[in-house]
Amino acid sequence: MTNIIFIILCIVGTLATVFSALGILRMPDFYSRLSVTVKASTLGTGLLLICAAMYFAVPDVTNRAIAIVLFLILTSPVAGHMIARAAYMSKTKMWEGSKLDEMEGMYDEESHLASEKKEKITPDDMGAEAK
Amino acid sequence: MSLYKILFFFALPVNCIAMALVFIRIYKGPTVFDRIVALDLLITMGIGSIAIYSIITKQPLFLDVAMILALIGFLSTVAFSYYLEKRKKHD
Repeated sequence: MTNIIFIILCIVGTLATVFSALGILRMPDFYSRLSVTVKASTLGTGLLLICAAMYFAVPDVTNRAIAIVLFLILTSPVAGHMIARAAYMSKTKMWEGSKLDEMEGMYDEESHLASEKKEKITPDDMGAEAK
Repeated sequence: MSLYKILFFFALPVNCIAMALVFIRIYKGPTVFDRIVALDLLITMGIGSIAIYSIITKQPLFLDVAMILALIGFLSTVAFSYYLEKRKKHD
């Protein structure tokens, strides 16, 4: 009975990994590639590691495998966010079929910080001119 | 079907084929960011392969390697993106 659980976990994990590889090969755009890859690969590797943790069933090994899974779940969104931010700041092109860029004009090109403050400062500049 | 057969004849070869597909993206990738994402994916798939291999050989010691690989993968991606964001000219 437990054998069937191991087999199901391994097959689903392997299929999720393959789908992430197909996604990074077939998607048209950097951002969609990133969006497919990070989630699917974390799911696949996490399921394989959970399978290993259940297979060995020793507290020592199980703790180690669960620590790796938690570390992956914590760090892969951070890494994905950082690389997407770096790509957006250096103006990687989007797919020509994409219609909306919500972050357009929201960031300062020099300092890479949010530039909403700049627009709020402009009334003060007008006031300085009036003085 | 035993777990050993599933792992040895399905999970490990399919993982290898998926890694080959990721290598195609590293070769083709138009920008450097595609290559970094592919490298990150490759390291994550390597962790999965190590987990499969440790089940096949019944050696839980290999999971230590997987843990260190996860640490190094996260660190390399963060370092790459940090310094690529700081550079002035693109490509």
